[in-house]
Amino acid sequence: MALVKYNDRSLRNLTTIPAAAGGGDTGALVHIKTLTASNDSTLAFIHGTNDVVLDNTYPIYIVKIINLFSHTDDRAVLLNFTIDGTNFNVTKTTTFFRARHNESDSVAGLDYRTRADLAQSTSGQEFVEGFDGEADANVNSTIFLYNPSSTTFVKHFTMDTQGTGNGGTNAQTSTNAFVGGYCNTTSAVTGFRVEGSSTTISGTFQLYGIKDA
Amino acid sequence: MAIRTAVNRALTAITALPTAAALVDGNLTLLTTATASSSATLDFTSSIDSTYKSYMFKFYDMHPATDGVFFHVNFRDGDTAYDATKTTTWFRALHSEDNSIANLTYDAAYDLAQSTSAQRLTGSLGNGNDESISGELTLYNPSSTTFVKHFIYRGAAYFNVNGAFDIFSAGYCNVTAAIDGVQFTMSSGNIDAGTIKMYGVGPKQ
Repeated sequence: MALVKYNDRSLRNLTTIPAAAGGGDTGALVHIKTLTASNDSTLAFIHGTNDVVLDNTYPIYIVKIINLFSHTDDRAVLLNFTIDGTNFNVTKTTTFFRARHNESDSVAGLDYRTRADLAQSTSGQEFVEGFDGEADANVNSTIFLYNPSSTTFVKHFTMDTQGTGNGGTNAQTSTNAFVGGYCNTTSAVTGFRVEGSSTTISGTFQLYGIKDA
Repeated sequence: MAIRTAVNRALTAITALPTAAALVDGNLTLLTTATASSSATLDFTSSIDSTYKSYMFKFYDMHPATDGVFFHVNFRDGDTAYDATKTTTWFRALHSEDNSIANLTYDAAYDLAQSTSAQRLTGSLGNGNDESISGELTLYNPSSTTFVKHFIYRGAAYFNVNGAFDIFSAGYCNVTAAIDGVQFTMSSGNIDAGTIKMYGVGPKQ
């Protein structure tokens, strides 16, 4: 067996250490996976696929979506969940309210949107109503998904989204949308998908877990 | 000299690392701390770049020197002036200590439509010794030269007529130039005290 010698320099050059020694993420917010959509119809995070973890490893998961872009103007982009890794059609009940203000100052206000909420629906949940499709438009969102692996409780989630919405007007509209709700299932949620409604999407998607210990 | 042999167990037993080892340091990386002390402004002019996909400012105990003023933020888009054009929303919940006010309101006087003015982050603040504002602002992908730059804010503040504000503001800098600086001010008078911490969020790009 060849003799391997270690010295100070080799230790100084370490860039990773085993997880058992505290290597990898050292904080409570653990980056799990970043996926990028580039003019794609959908983008999915499924437990066990592409190194994605979405099980009882963490009690809370966070998804940060940055520069989500619809390649077609005034289209919805939707969030849905799966319990089997294949079908994204979990029954959901949600609320949706938003603040919005357009650049021409003709629309400004806070309202609850019955058009965008869900009542025991398997349809996808909208982020904002109608993405603006101009080249510099984009949407950013933070999603919290609570204890998806529970087989006792429904699975709550919230979405806090800020984006450039079409807003039903011809002017770009700053839209801050708040969604809260639950997947009305006691089966474990094992994945989620973001999908364009008659559009393709681009953007960066970061999945994190929050440690409970 | 005694020969020391290294085995796998020796490496897995490591619990601390040399400073030179550039390790993952969590996914909320503290970049800068600014502390106000009768300060006209608190400016963040470095480390806002393409290193992270988003940046978070957490501020607490921001205390105005003057009663009845507003806490502001503005953004720099390539020169020295904090005057990026913005379109924003602003709404808040308010509850007074005497229970005479309790409501949720969108305030069109506080939002911006294609304005270079600073964005208000509070209603009218009190400057009593125990009165302040704390909150959090996230700025998304400021170095992009393709997209407008969105930001989102939530803060809890002390109303100067004695009450609690819960404030939500969000919007975008309507520029495709990179945002490379962020400035916090009071609408009048100094920031008497307070701390703002800037973090990079997520893995380095």
